Amino acid sequence: MTDSRAHILNRLRHHELTPQAKAPVYQKPLGLSKAQRIKSFTEKQQAVRGEVVLLNGSWTDWMDKHFKDAHLLIGTGELGDQASDLKNAKAITHYDQPIESWKPDLFEQIDVSITTSHAGLAESGTLILKPTPQEPRLMSLVPPAHVAILDANRLYENFAELMSAEDWSEMPTNLLLISGPSKTADIEQTLAYGIHGPKRLITLIVNHD
Amino acid sequence: MNQQQAFERRIDEALHNAQLRQNFRSAMDGIRQRRAEQFPDEAQLQALREQVQSIRSYSLQNQADLLEKLEAKLTENGIQVHWAANPEEANGIIANILKAADAKTVVKGKSMVSEETELNHYLEEQGIEVIESDLGEYIIQLAKEPPSHIVAPAIHKNRVEVAELFQNFHPELPYTENIDELTETARVILREKFAKADAGISGVNFAVAETGTLCLVENEGNGRLSTTAPELHIAITGIEKVIDKLTDIPPLLEILTKSATGQPITTYFNMISRPRQEGELDGPKAVHLVLLDNGRSRIRWDDELLDTLRCIRCGACMNHCPVYVHVGGHAYGSVYPGPIGLALEPQRLGLDKAGSLTSACSLCGACGEVCPVKIPLPKIINRLRAESVNNQEASTVSGKGALRHVSEAWIWKLWSMSYSSPALHKFISWAGTRMSSFIPNKLGAWTHYRTRPTPAKRTLHELAKSAGIAND
Ligand code: SF4
Repeated sequence: MTDSRAHILNRLRHHELTPQAKAPVYQKPLGLSKAQRIKSFTEKQQAVRGEVVLLNGSWTDWMDKHFKDAHLLIGTGELGDQASDLKNAKAITHYDQPIESWKPDLFEQIDVSITTSHAGLAESGTLILKPTPQEPRLMSLVPPAHVAILDANRLYENFAELMSAEDWSEMPTNLLLISGPSKTADIEQTLAYGIHGPKRLITLIVNHD
Repeated sequence: MNQQQAFERRIDEALHNAQLRQNFRSAMDGIRQRRAEQFPDEAQLQALREQVQSIRSYSLQNQADLLEKLEAKLTENGIQVHWAANPEEANGIIANILKAADAKTVVKGKSMVSEETELNHYLEEQGIEVIESDLGEYIIQLAKEPPSHIVAPAIHKNRVEVAELFQNFHPELPYTENIDELTETARVILREKFAKADAGISGVNFAVAETGTLCLVENEGNGRLSTTAPELHIAITGIEKVIDKLTDIPPLLEILTKSATGQPITTYFNMISRPRQEGELDGPKAVHLVLLDNGRSRIRWDDELLDTLRCIRCGACMNHCPVYVHVGGHAYGSVYPGPIGLALEPQRLGLDKAGSLTSACSLCGACGEVCPVKIPLPKIINRLRAESVNNQEASTVSGKGALRHVSEAWIWKLWSMSYSSPALHKFISWAGTRMSSFIPNKLGAWTHYRTRPTPAKRTLHELAKSAGIAND
């Protein structure tokens, strides 16, 4: 194995290429106001069957109204604490155990999960998720529906703007860009939704000034 | 049968398969249209192409350093890195990791590099069950066929063919030709596999050296499931996929998804930098990356051919190739079909094994115009085509001159002699016009679909002379 490593690196160094300057970091400023960002995010999500809601009251009220009798999955962070306000859920599971101890239940029992999101991208209609021990990775992937709460002040124009606004030198275990529910076009190039990931993706936008 | 004859036979079969041609035609028309809609502003598109070309060129120029940096950073993050010179070595490494973890079932995300190494076949021989989880890959795995397109592997199948496959393998499920229902069927079948698999294997679209991050682009979520649900994740990729910085990602991602499927962005962009950390409740406990060379480092030795390695596997070149659209991916008989296949396969495998692919090109230039990283595909294909019949060229590609025909070479030699000797030229054209009845009616493949050209009764010189144009 080490032999192949040395061999490959030697071959690569065998022919030195003339170094050329790299293009400057890509930026694509669009000059969008907050309202325009919300509008663009909403339109782009809707174009791929994502659902977007401007939240007026609390997320728990919204869930009570739209997911009656569902088995909910919630993390152990702030949202997890607020989950005690929910009245209409059939059951509430807090993701507080390693996956090994309850994997079949996650795949079979849960109807909908609720997570926070790190940020959003207006141009492409994208949610940025940074899973944590409080909100693990599979929450936004396995349940048939995923509800993500997004702070409108965290809407950036695009990926380039987000990267330049934050320090990304240390990456988390997993970082995700999610733009709509799971989809495929593998049969006759015809779009079909909900192949492996969530069939529904609902973004609840919280807009405080 | 030699490679040229085998290739011609596959082409012939494809051209006589009306269903296959219809499937490709309609799929390709749609993809091209959607791509065009994503690039309404020509100037912006060209600027973006310049940008990503520069990013990819930079990473090739500094490839050895970047690979070392990537390895160091991944190791620091807890991801184990392995180097494989060839497919056998890569397969062996992966099988050993799986055996050490006692992994018996594997769910796989889409990976063209694993097609290169024929990984599934190898693992199955070792008694490991491998399930392709991308819908297209799953369909062709059932059909026991290779992918016919690098982005849309089952593009050659229509809904009826898929329905029949599902029915054969899962007679317990209701028969349907409805695409939404077929999709739901696949969801049900594969979900159980994800929940139970011991390991996941995936490809990589970009490997970021600066942060030690493996990036995967997909729509379905099977890539995320394969890399998140099982306790072990093994990624395999070509050594050329390394890039320098995280800030290289936004333009690459934008042009890749727009070029590949005409989407502004894919549903998922999955960035993996570590295995499961202390306190985290899911994700694989161990992550491995296998870096495969398989001829790539040699391609780099030639300043012109090197451009081939910029490829980000978007598939736009094949979607726009008139030959590909007519014959489909299987006719090529290679892992990578279409223009990128014509450019890459003879370099990877040698002109003696894959040189005849270069004849599947009409020199229209469309591939070079759409390639997001500006690979001069027509130039590269043309050069390889010349090298496959010319053994004089000094080239880094192996097997040059393998397709040389003695008779063809003589004809060209005579042609070039006749143009340097006026007397010989005069004689040959005179003989051609006077003895045209001696030219056979069948002239090989040319006259399969065309009639033989008939030379004029008198040469151009003679006609000119009789018309009073004195000087020749
Ligand atoms: S050669 Fe260019 S167009 Fe073809 S797959 Fe590669 S990047 Fe895409």
